[in-house]
Amino acid sequence: MTVQELPGAGASHRSTPPPAWRPRTDAAPLLPDPEPYRVLGTPAADRLDPELMRRCYAELVRGRRYNAQATALTRQGRLAVYPSTVGQEACEIAAAMVLEEQDWLFPSYRDTLAAVARGLDPVQALTLLRGDWHTGYDPREHRIAPLSTPLATQLPHAVGLAHAARLRGDDVVALAMVGDGGTSEGDFHEAMNFAAVWQAPVVFLVQNNGFAISVPLAKQTAAPTLAHKAVGYGMPGRLVDGNDIAAMHEVLSEAVRRARSGGGPTMIEAVTYRIEAHTNADDATRYRGDAEVEAWKAHDPIELLERELTARGLLDESGIKAAKDAAEAMAAALRDGMNAEPVLDPMDLFAHVYARQTGRLREQAAMLRAELDAAEQEEEGDGS
Amino acid sequence: MTTVAVKPAATKPATMAQALNRAMRDAMAEDPTVHVMGEDVGALGGVFRITDGLAKEFGEDRCTDTPLAEAGILGAAVGMAMYGLRPVVEMQFDAFAYPAFEQLISHVAKMRNRTRGAMPLPITIRVPYGGGIGGVEHHCDSSEAYYVATPGLTVVTPATVEDAYGLLRASIASDDPVIFLEPKRLYWSKADWSPEAPAVVPGIGEALVRRTGTSATLITYGPSLPVCMEAAEAAREEGWDLEVVDLRSLVPFDEETVVASVRRTGRAVVVHESGGFGGPGAEIAARVTERCFHHLEAPVLRVTGFDIPYPPPMLEKHHLPGVDRILDTVARLQWEN
Repeated sequence: MTVQELPGAGASHRSTPPPAWRPRTDAAPLLPDPEPYRVLGTPAADRLDPELMRRCYAELVRGRRYNAQATALTRQGRLAVYPSTVGQEACEIAAAMVLEEQDWLFPSYRDTLAAVARGLDPVQALTLLRGDWHTGYDPREHRIAPLSTPLATQLPHAVGLAHAARLRGDDVVALAMVGDGGTSEGDFHEAMNFAAVWQAPVVFLVQNNGFAISVPLAKQTAAPTLAHKAVGYGMPGRLVDGNDIAAMHEVLSEAVRRARSGGGPTMIEAVTYRIEAHTNADDATRYRGDAEVEAWKAHDPIELLERELTARGLLDESGIKAAKDAAEAMAAALRDGMNAEPVLDPMDLFAHVYARQTGRLREQAAMLRAELDAAEQEEEGDGS
Repeated sequence: MTTVAVKPAATKPATMAQALNRAMRDAMAEDPTVHVMGEDVGALGGVFRITDGLAKEFGEDRCTDTPLAEAGILGAAVGMAMYGLRPVVEMQFDAFAYPAFEQLISHVAKMRNRTRGAMPLPITIRVPYGGGIGGVEHHCDSSEAYYVATPGLTVVTPATVEDAYGLLRASIASDDPVIFLEPKRLYWSKADWSPEAPAVVPGIGEALVRRTGTSATLITYGPSLPVCMEAAEAAREEGWDLEVVDLRSLVPFDEETVVASVRRTGRAVVVHESGGFGGPGAEIAARVTERCFHHLEAPVLRVTGFDIPYPPPMLEKHHLPGVDRILDTVARLQWEN
């Protein structure tokens, strides 16, 4: 049976809308560009701020080194797991760079580099992945929400925080990060909808790195682009080359500016690629070919900027070396920090469940205390 | 229903719904960081009118009609609490809260813990729960077992007008997330009450002996309290003098009050609407057995809802623990060795 053959086909099922309701006709400016926005290698690069771009370059090099070091630490067993952002450094770093001190970052589990670029100590950023505690820092001190492992669940938090800040009259923008897979989650939808209805000062940054573990974008969504999703909520959607840090910085800055000035939320789809596997537990060769990876390696965020800056005489060998040296220093500090065994207090297990410990937890804490004391005595006995 | 004695001049009949409303109003007036939010809480005053007048009095920024999305409501509340507000969230009906469970379990319950105490979340989540109102499917669940099984959540449920006020004030003042279970069939129960009167305001985690007795203890909470009080009266004809303990707080669980009572009476029955298997009664019976074994004259028994999906309204009377089922169970406490 075709649609035309269905009973009642052809009859108008839509009643005439009452006068108070009109469809919005101003949606066109919300639509993303048909192609990802680029600056590097285009005439738009003429207006680049040399100082800003040199900072971007140094951060990118540092970010790449951070990725390499964290991956090495995983191989050495120092980290339980590390989700790499090799190839995505421009997204991570631009996200951190566009925020003011009072703003908040809401990272996913993959976004430790963004937290580091915002100034968080790399060891603190990696505590979750090392396994000594779930959050290695005070979120209020750094204005970085805890790394969220469940997908997209941190997005409504960003909306609520930004909304609360605005209610209090504070100049605060929240930037929330999520992957392409996360856009399929219900919380993504609810957060986008709340943000638009409340006109909350939020920026949603979707890093479309091609895969949700192994599932490619084509099996994730039927939308023309992820950025198109924004239009349905009533906010601008922007499509940008996620490997072009100049474009990322510009688009993110514009979105942050809009949020800060009361213009409401923006959703940005950064088109990028996860060069490495999802984590060390993943075998990427099972779901994608080398040719694809190689093609993306040729569109590397560091090389794109390096090419632009050297061609314009804004970066020379000494600048490149300085960036590398700074990155090595960071890596050495990270290695030292990670090689120091964390000091753990087992009694911390009970310390932060409730403001006032329940009787049940007091009992269980006493049980553990007794077990620890017994083990210690046994050890002393063995030693004598 | 037992009421706390207060000065007659200061009281007048009030419903539990009014007491809850007053609790929010007083909290909002005293503390500008208290925000009420949820579906229909504004102009409508909530489908049960518990938030009636709050939007008018405090403005839509303090009492906010949200989009219809429970995960979004609770998720936004998390962010608001992260920024220093005290959100009071309304989940319209028990079973409507389920879409918010990931937010609840993965974030609300764990935020204090995962941040080593740096970021407590003072969120109160009001959940009208339980049956007995003739509601259709998805409107009558007793979902407390899910909540009490989640570390980090405080779970309270009032059974009287004065407790509704006192416990809600205590919940909003708590620095931890509280699941505030409102027995919806008691919304229109009345008592002589005044918030100004020196009523007994319970702290969270304090059970109360509602009726003293010597033959056995009925341990209950929320919507089953009036049923147990009625059963205790009826049991007198059978020669049973029943003590009734109202838990008021499921987490933390006031073990001392319960244990003291059962040690006095030597027999115990736990009564609740939610299913028995894995329900709060299973935990309570286990704890009572552990702590009172040598005082017990009979096994701890349970009267609960059946282990079935909540039945359609025309059959719910067969499912809900009633006076007869409680009395039959009490009779089984005449344990023959």
